[in-house]
Amino acid sequence: MFLLLFLLIPIIAAIALLFVKKEQTINFISIGSGALILISALYIIIIKTGSFDASWLPVLNSRFLLQADGVSKILILLTAISFPAIFIATINNQTSHKNIFLSLLLFTQTGLMGVFLAGDALLFYFFWELALIPVYFLCSIWGGEKRIAVTFKFFIYTFLGSLFMLIGIIFLYSNTLDHSFLIESLKHANVTPRQSATAFALFFIAFAIKMPIFPLHTWQPDAYEQSPTAVTMVLSAVMVKMGLYGIIRWLMLLFPEAFLAHSNMVIILSVIGILYASFIAIRQDDLKRLIAYSSIAHIGLMSAALFAHNQAGVQGVLVQIFSHGINVLGLWIIADIIEQQTGIRSMKALGGLAKQQPTLAILLVGFSIANIALPLTNAFVGEFLMFTGLFQFNPWIASAAGVSVILVAIYTLNMVQKVAYGEVSAATSLMQAPNKKAQGVLIVLLVIVFLTGVYPQPLFDLTADTLKQLFVK
Amino acid sequence: MNAIIISTLLGVIMMFSSWITSSAKVQRNLGLFGMLILIVANFAQLKGWWVIDFETKGMLAFNQIGLFANMTLFILTFLYLWINGEEIEKIGNHTADYYAIFFFILCGVSVLTSFDNLLMLFIGIEILSIPLYILTGADKKNLLSNEASLKYFLMGSFSTGILLLGITFIYGATGSFHLSMPIINPRTHMVAEHFLMSAGLILLFASMNFKVSAAPFHFWTPDVYDGAPTVFTSFMATIVKAAGFIAFIKVFETQRVALGFTWYIILSFVIVSTLLIGNITAVFQRSVKRMLAYSSIAQAGFMLFALYGNSIFNTEAILLYIVAYSLATIGLFAVLVKMKEYSFESFNGLAKQHPALAFLTTIFLFSLAGIPLTAGFFAKYYMLNALLSGGAGLWLLIVAILFAAVSIFYYFKLVQAMYFTSGTPAINNFDKKYELKLWVVAILIIVLGVFPNLLFNYLYF
Repeated sequence: MFLLLFLLIPIIAAIALLFVKKEQTINFISIGSGALILISALYIIIIKTGSFDASWLPVLNSRFLLQADGVSKILILLTAISFPAIFIATINNQTSHKNIFLSLLLFTQTGLMGVFLAGDALLFYFFWELALIPVYFLCSIWGGEKRIAVTFKFFIYTFLGSLFMLIGIIFLYSNTLDHSFLIESLKHANVTPRQSATAFALFFIAFAIKMPIFPLHTWQPDAYEQSPTAVTMVLSAVMVKMGLYGIIRWLMLLFPEAFLAHSNMVIILSVIGILYASFIAIRQDDLKRLIAYSSIAHIGLMSAALFAHNQAGVQGVLVQIFSHGINVLGLWIIADIIEQQTGIRSMKALGGLAKQQPTLAILLVGFSIANIALPLTNAFVGEFLMFTGLFQFNPWIASAAGVSVILVAIYTLNMVQKVAYGEVSAATSLMQAPNKKAQGVLIVLLVIVFLTGVYPQPLFDLTADTLKQLFVK
Repeated sequence: MNAIIISTLLGVIMMFSSWITSSAKVQRNLGLFGMLILIVANFAQLKGWWVIDFETKGMLAFNQIGLFANMTLFILTFLYLWINGEEIEKIGNHTADYYAIFFFILCGVSVLTSFDNLLMLFIGIEILSIPLYILTGADKKNLLSNEASLKYFLMGSFSTGILLLGITFIYGATGSFHLSMPIINPRTHMVAEHFLMSAGLILLFASMNFKVSAAPFHFWTPDVYDGAPTVFTSFMATIVKAAGFIAFIKVFETQRVALGFTWYIILSFVIVSTLLIGNITAVFQRSVKRMLAYSSIAQAGFMLFALYGNSIFNTEAILLYIVAYSLATIGLFAVLVKMKEYSFESFNGLAKQHPALAFLTTIFLFSLAGIPLTAGFFAKYYMLNALLSGGAGLWLLIVAILFAAVSIFYYFKLVQAMYFTSGTPAINNFDKKYELKLWVVAILIIVLGVFPNLLFNYLYF
């Protein structure tokens, strides 16, 4: 019953926002609902989880089943942290019709929470689509210059992917013994190995587009660049994790044989994606595009580690899902502050931030070393485990993927150098201290970075049950 | 039988009502009241409370599904008349005649949902079609309307001719107009193939494809839908098409066995070409009305899936699809009626000027595109489910969803025009009352999009 709150709070807040015009009330409702969800998330993590089950479509035997295990909880925590952080960090941004903007963001949050909680495949699909629709409007209305074409591409890409998943769901469902969409029933569906591989492919396309895995990534850099920054934050911190979540929750459980049979292919694609995105990131001058490509590289590593299918790799991904979200959120907030104040994203035109705004520069360096995954930062824990897992799978692939460690250091440090050091450029000289609220959010995020970097045990404990479900027979 | 008799009587009453009163408002309300009577009468037969019954010598047979189909189509008609009543008055100056025509069409609909004999199929289709030719040409002073009417009449008569030829062949093969189960050879467990029978069924198939505007028999559709007065296009594209589908399924549910494997080949060909032509051509349309005409062809392609397999879900799927598609299409045409121009550009900036109207249009478009939370999603879902459990190959499903993705393209073009492009759309009088009516349609779409089983609760009781 308690889990229902994760859907009800954002929906109620979103609907309430539609009728509010006053700036202060808008902020109060959005941040307040974010805080309530965060408290609820901490409650289910620390105290008691429970589940919610109700009949939904009796004709199809589909149930409104919400449940949360380790991987759900860690993503719920990430979502619950990200949204209020985004609301607070972008509180001073000038947005037309801010109430509708925030309302759509809250609808997105509902969809995301639903995806992470659904225990019924049809319900999962429902929320999967629901998370997409508000984003379509957010990007197309408030985005950059080329927003309409770019968002449309993004929308059609992901919609087509999810339709493939729908066929996969129907296909498995029609072969279940008890005609049900529950994971357990789908898992024991009466299919031949060949059919199972087909269904695997149908599901995989949806997740691969969402993550995205090379060569299905082409929508992403454009979409990140053209979306309003608050939406980009949601997209890269939380939304791409839907794909990873889908793999852990559905692919690994439903198609164990097909999963192993295809792991080579997917890992090779992922490694190509990692290297490809890293090389492009090195050549980027646009701050937003650099972070976008860096994100593709990181997600590629996570998908490779998942498909290595061993305990170390998967444990690494479960931690990294959370860490990457926090790190990339920090980077986006800093990029947004710079863009809001100078109107410039080109790194050539920036420089000397350390002299002009030392605090912001320190924060930038902090998140950058987390992006490189230096020891003591949270990303180190995840990446170390993921590389261990990949190494166990195949040392050669691990070493190829390992090149990315050097590449990520090259482009990230290069970025820090260009933005924070050197002469104070004309654009940077305009910069003022970021507002206290955004700074506060960044400091809290940085504390999380180092805290989970030094003592990641709580994250391991949290995800232990998912790991057990996957690897202990 | 209730529906057939009472709709005819109501048609006659409406025809003569203009002698008594010339007030369009009275005639409109009389029409709506007549619709209510029709619905109640049909409901009474569904429940078995009150039935007009006499021996038809096996010409007609009433079953739950047919009566339920009547029920849904009558309620949709009621909704249609309730929304569009005032617009209908603006065309020509014989409002009562249109209502009479509607009731005659509904008589045809009731015959098509209950025929058990190929002659009754023919009569039903004629009762349905002839009033439609009149409706298409109702805007007498408009050349386009006249052209559409003539085109429709010529093509329609031709296809009826093919239908008759097909029926004749079948009669030649079996010696009966009765729709019985195909004879199965007990030794081979195969249908005894008969050349005349197969030829007759294929001709019947072609002619029914014409009626539901499936490719390659769709050429009349865009011109007729475009030329006819918009309010009547709405009726033709929804209720009439739905009735055509129900008749189509009624014939081939049993008879397709006689065609053996050929059935799957010709049907796959028709489905794929309908989806291809409908969707791809719709992408390039510049007028929303023409886009909707092609979209109705594309949606017909999806509805044809209900004929494919031998699945118990087929009936549910087609009924839900009909309701979802009709609701959304009635809504969209009702919006279109209020626009001064029909081009995509004329919708530019609608969201700024009329947020509610733009939002409603978006819901209708989402439903047609099959986005979750709308009835259209479950319609597509049930259809794919029926297809899969009917034994279709996965390739057909993949074709279906690829074209569903193409359809996003043209439906969302309108959303883009309304929300993301600025402009000043020209709108006829759009008042609160009209908005309320559209909200009713939108809410029905969303309710069916969350609880589609509400519709089926009826079917099983």
